[in-house]
Order: sequence, then C-alpha cells, then structure tokens
Amino acid sequence: MTDLTRLTISQAREKLRAGEISAVELTDAYLAAIDAANDKFNAYVAVTHDKARDMARASDARLAAGQGGALEGIPLGVKDLFATEGVHTQACSHVLDGFRPRYESTVTSNLWADGAVMLGKLNMDEFAMGSSNETSWYGPVKNPWRATGSNADRVPGGSSGGSAAAVAAFLCAGATATDTGGSIRQPAAFTGTVGIKPSYGRCSRWGIIAYASSLDQAGPIARDVRDAAILLKSMASVDEKDTTSVDRPVPDYEAALGQSVKGLKVGIPKEYRVEGMPQEVEALWQQGIAWLKEAGAEIVDISLPHTGYALPTYYIISPAEASSNLARYDGVRYGLRVPGKDIVEMYESTRAAGFGDEVKRRIMIGTYVLSAGYYDAYYLKAQKVRTLIKKDFDDAFAAGVDVILTPATPSAAFGIADKEMASDPVKMYLNDIFTVTVNMAGLPGISVPAGLDGQGLPLGLQLIGRPFDEETLFRTAHVIEQAAGTFQPQKWW
Amino acid sequence: MSVDLDTVKRVARLARIAVSEEEATVMAGKLNSILGFVEQLNEVDVSGVEPMTSVIPMEMKKRADKVTDGSKADDIVANAPATEENFFLVPKVVE
Repeated sequence: MTDLTRLTISQAREKLRAGEISAVELTDAYLAAIDAANDKFNAYVAVTHDKARDMARASDARLAAGQGGALEGIPLGVKDLFATEGVHTQACSHVLDGFRPRYESTVTSNLWADGAVMLGKLNMDEFAMGSSNETSWYGPVKNPWRATGSNADRVPGGSSGGSAAAVAAFLCAGATATDTGGSIRQPAAFTGTVGIKPSYGRCSRWGIIAYASSLDQAGPIARDVRDAAILLKSMASVDEKDTTSVDRPVPDYEAALGQSVKGLKVGIPKEYRVEGMPQEVEALWQQGIAWLKEAGAEIVDISLPHTGYALPTYYIISPAEASSNLARYDGVRYGLRVPGKDIVEMYESTRAAGFGDEVKRRIMIGTYVLSAGYYDAYYLKAQKVRTLIKKDFDDAFAAGVDVILTPATPSAAFGIADKEMASDPVKMYLNDIFTVTVNMAGLPGISVPAGLDGQGLPLGLQLIGRPFDEETLFRTAHVIEQAAGTFQPQKWW
Repeated sequence: MSVDLDTVKRVARLARIAVSEEEATVMAGKLNSILGFVEQLNEVDVSGVEPMTSVIPMEMKKRADKVTDGSKADDIVANAPATEENFFLVPKVVE
C-alpha cells in the first residue's frame, strides 16, 4: 500500500469519504511515522496514541453513518500553546511543568467538532518567544530540510517550529500554530510549507496561552494552499469567550481557490528591499511578480514608509504585554514551584528557575518600558508608531491595492546553534522583519513556498491582504503554488 | 537610554525574577542591545498621532451581568503545586 502519510488533507478526505481508507488506518500510519522519526526531529513533545486511536474509531463510525464532518478522520498536530483537556499543555516552558488543563481551547474544540484527530502536542519556542525553536525547554527541533550534500542540522524557524517540521516531515497531515510577529509564516517559509496568519480577531484566542494579546493569532501550517484553506475554515469562529473575536461569518476559503487574479492590483513595497538581503531572495520576489503578471494581475509599486520601524515597535509592545501576561506564573496556581523562606522568595526563585533566558529578557524589557518614568518614552511612543504603520497599509488599500507581495523571510533556514544569532538577540529578531508589520496592523498574511535557494533550501513569498480578506490571499497564493509547484525534503530520516 | 547593573536588579525585583550578580551583568549587555535597537523610534515624528488601542475597529462586546460559569473549584485547584480543601497553599504572608 502507498504511504498514507503522503496524502494531503484534501486527498485523504476524498479517500475517507469514499471508504477507500479508514481513519484508524490513517491515524496508525501517522503514529508509526512519529514513533519511528520523532527522536530525530524532536517535533512532538507529547504523543497521544490512545486518544488519537479513540478519536479515529469515532470518526470511522461517523463516516460509516454518513455523518462525517469537514475534517473527519484527519490526523493533526497541535502546538503546545493550545490548551488541550487532560493533555500536556506547557508552551514548552519549564514553569508550566505538569500542567494539564481541565478545558479545551476554542480553536482545537472547533477542529475536533469537525472530526479531526489529535496526534499530540508540538514543540515550539518557550511561550512563542523565538524564531528558531531553540528557546524550548524541550530542546531544538530539526528542520527536515538540509542543504544539498550536507548533514548539518538546520532550524525549522519559530516559534511554531515543531508544527512546521512535523508537517514537512509527514508526521501530521496539518498542524495548528500561532503567530505574534511571524511565528507561523517564518517557519512555513523555512520548511517549504504553507502558513497563514489570519486577520486579528478571526480565530478565538480563548484557551491559547497568551504572549502578546494585541498581536497573537492562531492559524494553520499545511502542505499546500488548499489544505491551509480547509484548516482555517474549521479553526476560525466567532466566540463570545474572546471579546476581540470578530462577529462576521467564516467564508468557505476553499471556494476561492482556482479563481482568476486577472485585474487584481498587487502592490510591491519598496521598503521590503533591505540591505544585505541575499540576491536569491530578490530573484524569487521578481519571479513571484512575473508569475502574477502572467496570470493577469496588475503590478504596482507602492511605499509603506514606516516598515523599518515595525520591528523596534514590536520589541516594545510585545514584551510589555508579555510581562503582564506572564505575571501569572508564580508557583501558586499551576506548574513549577521552587520553595522559599517567604512568598516573595518563592515567586522569585520559581520564576528564575522556570523561565528560560529569552523569556526572562522579554519580561525584563516589558517591565522596564512600563515602569514609572519610561512609559511615555517607550510604550506610548510605540503605540503611536503602530498607528502610523497601520495607516501605511490603510493608505495602500485605499489607493486600490488588493494584495501586497513581499519575501517571507530575509534568508533561508540557518544552522542550529548559529553563533552569530546567539551573540546578539537583535540578530535573531531580524528574521521577522517582513512578517511583523502584518501583526502590527492586524492584517492577514500567508507564506507560500516559491522555490529553493542555491543550497537546495526552501524560500517563501508572503502575501498581505485587507482585513478579513483571507479569500484573496488563498486565491493569489494558489496561483503562485500552481506556478512554483510544491516542495518536499529529501528523506534522510 | 541604557541600563546599568542597579537598574537591571531593580527591574528584576519588579518582575519577581531572582538574578545573581553574574546573570545581571550578562542581562545588562543583552538588554542594552535591545534598547539600543528600539532607540531608532526617536526618529519618528508622532506629534498629533493617536496611540493605537485596538487594531481592528470594533465596539467592546458586552454581555448581561449574569453568572454563566462556576461550581468547579476542583478543576481550578487541580493543577496547583500545593492545596488544601480547595485553597491554594502559599508560604505564610502575615505574621
């Protein structure tokens, strides 16, 4: 029999509905692949064998009764940031040791209600703070992609590194992820997968461990554009448990695929041509422009003048929100407790032992910029710049631009334990230079694989849309995918 | 602006994170790298610009002031490191 883990979600869906394969067979194929290869990738931090088989059996019963949901029997991986009832949920932090929530996040509830099967929890940067998956308490994840002729391990990107690696290595059919500054789109670009961060408010944040609440959004990582559309349709909802969840119906994203981009106005922002960007990234961008032009789109040069300020703004706003959100980890209600002679020493020792260096840095920066005397100079200033960043996009869309095309990342995946990245936190932060603007403005952004660099590593393009116009992103990304093809790593594992 | 060792220790205390002398020194270097990076926002003229409060313009959702949840003390203390009869246990706070 052919390897069932190679089926896309849309292919598996057809075979399950036609009764050609069962959900149990498909789930067992993934569990066997995980058991054989997870030691090599470190993508899963918990595998839920029994739960997966129970869910698959229930899916088979529903399929047999003709009551299958939109994702009936599809095995998925879940980023460790999503609360899953009774199952390992730690944001890959030591401070949440042993935490097993008594509730389920809205996004995962939606997926299970549509019949999806949970395979386990996926590795990530601690509290989603990182761009390489190296800040995880559980250790780094390996990218299934390697440079041609090399055995050196590369990072899968982050923070959703486990999600991207598991999808690329065929250890799940698709995965949930989250994106605060690029954590869906950058790992997708590094692994040759498709990742979409929807508009702020499209997916409920309820039950997702909070990092920076005004920026956090959930979205899928998938093997192709169609699978991403199928997953987002299920994940998105209106939720009264999240006051920022937006009250508008979820469209059928899959229906946007195959529609023409003739006459679509595609903006090319000149500020995304940054110093030191490899020529290959520039060439890929030009290729993307050519593909869309051939498909009938109209290409227009635009300017988003505050682009360069998005990353420094992000490194004020996100640590500020994080310092507040992470105040709850104090050794009292859940997770780790390190005893102390009094309550303050207990708090301080617990947090010192429980948080990793990057998380501590961001809490410290956040505490500093919010402290008396500095609030106006840092936080208030950043929120004003954020208004200007959003206005740049508003102006471009008001001038008739339908979608914006940029590179997804300034480079391909770099090596694990890269010395330059480790020496200066700002070097690592620059990975998000093209993605972070989108979070600042609350817009939807999709990363779609578009080619390989000279070393045989995948590179992605990013499309940015109007608020709640994910359909145009799927339509345009599909055109790029049709032209570029899909990319799979050489199996070495 | 840059932070000195005393400021790092003061902020660590505010953030309730214990730091050793050595950790504070390493941290000061990395924090100053980040603060140096965000310094470039000084170039931006923000006079007359409103600070962002909500990225998607929407009215705050409200619901009726009714109890919709509760009676799950067991669930709430289930993950706590130390409890007694549905209370969280902490070191003595009041002498």
